[in-house]
Amino acid sequence: MKLSKIFEPLVNPLSRENPVIVQVLGICSALAVTAKLQPAVVMTISVTAVLALANVIISLMRKTIPTSIRIIVQLVVVAALVVIVDQVLKAWNYDVSKQLSVFIGLIITNCIIMGRLEAFALNNRPWDSFLDGVGNGLGYGIILVVVAFFRELLGSGTLWGYQIIPQWCYDNGYQNNGMMILPPMALITVACIIWFHRRKEKD
Amino acid sequence: MENLNLFIRSIFIDNMVFAYFLGMCSFLAVSKNVKTAFGLGVAVCFVLIIALPVCWFLNTYLLQPGALSWFGEEYATADLSFLGLIMFIAVIAALVQILEMIIERYAPALYASLGIFLPLIAVNCAILGAVLFMQQRDFSNAWTATVYGAGSGIGWLLAIVSLAAIRERLDETKIPAPLRGIGITFIITGLMGIAFMSFLGIKI
Repeated sequence: MKLSKIFEPLVNPLSRENPVIVQVLGICSALAVTAKLQPAVVMTISVTAVLALANVIISLMRKTIPTSIRIIVQLVVVAALVVIVDQVLKAWNYDVSKQLSVFIGLIITNCIIMGRLEAFALNNRPWDSFLDGVGNGLGYGIILVVVAFFRELLGSGTLWGYQIIPQWCYDNGYQNNGMMILPPMALITVACIIWFHRRKEKD
Repeated sequence: MENLNLFIRSIFIDNMVFAYFLGMCSFLAVSKNVKTAFGLGVAVCFVLIIALPVCWFLNTYLLQPGALSWFGEEYATADLSFLGLIMFIAVIAALVQILEMIIERYAPALYASLGIFLPLIAVNCAILGAVLFMQQRDFSNAWTATVYGAGSGIGWLLAIVSLAAIRERLDETKIPAPLRGIGITFIITGLMGIAFMSFLGIKI
């Protein structure tokens, strides 16, 4: 009982309060980077890192930030963290960083981050904020990975760049569904996930 | 001619919402009725049209590798491009603050109906996204950047108004309960995206 209480901020966002499909935050990047699995995972790691660190920093400063300028302060903290992530990614994996193009920069305007800073970090202690950041980052990541899994498998027949659909299927007339790679299908995939999730949760 | 082509392309083909999914959060949240959606769309247009040329000047004369050469020979090798993100977001946040004051003064009804989403234009990804695309595409002058900003803004306005118009009618339809609300909105946006894909290949 006690243990589950401590880890509540970590576990809740995974399904019941999922940032993407329940709170409807951070949709932009969730849809745009999910054509392939690898960029989706890299994006998840980047967002989780930025979110957890920004949550801790804002939580540490929560008593000193004047309310009227808190949005600017939050933006500067997040922007600084994103610049670090961007530079690290360029040095470590240039190909993926090219694929993600502007979407790393757009982590600054990811609504999950601003939303969690406003709703959680401003009123809670650093450790809880850290757990909340990691939890929401992972909740966001689950959706990204599921969407990317279906889009890459059905759209290109590969996972993480490796061929999954065997060659004899293609020889017998199987074709990749080119629609899945295109942007609109990401929306419809997410809509299906929301449908199943609501059906299961029933509230 | 080239600018006109860019303008049409950025409205229909490279539409901020349907091709890049930018600005989705406020797009989904504010599209419940046409009037509010139109107000937010115009505000986003306004910020884009001003923000793009300002950021273009910042990028060309301050941030690009070698951009500081007008300042003196010894600065010609400086590369400040890593500061781009922070500079751009500061410009956008300041513009939004000004816009908020103007709307509050001259259109209090719109101000009340936009509520929290007005300050949140600062974190609307469509704006930062357009600025970053501008940086990536290396536009040759500020005028082209302004045209691109206007095109993206009008594209976003068009998208949010048409979604709002569809959603106003949704109340009268039978939708499976778990899909109601956000689920069906996603599907509609997807279908609109497919419809917009028919503009692909248009060239003037």
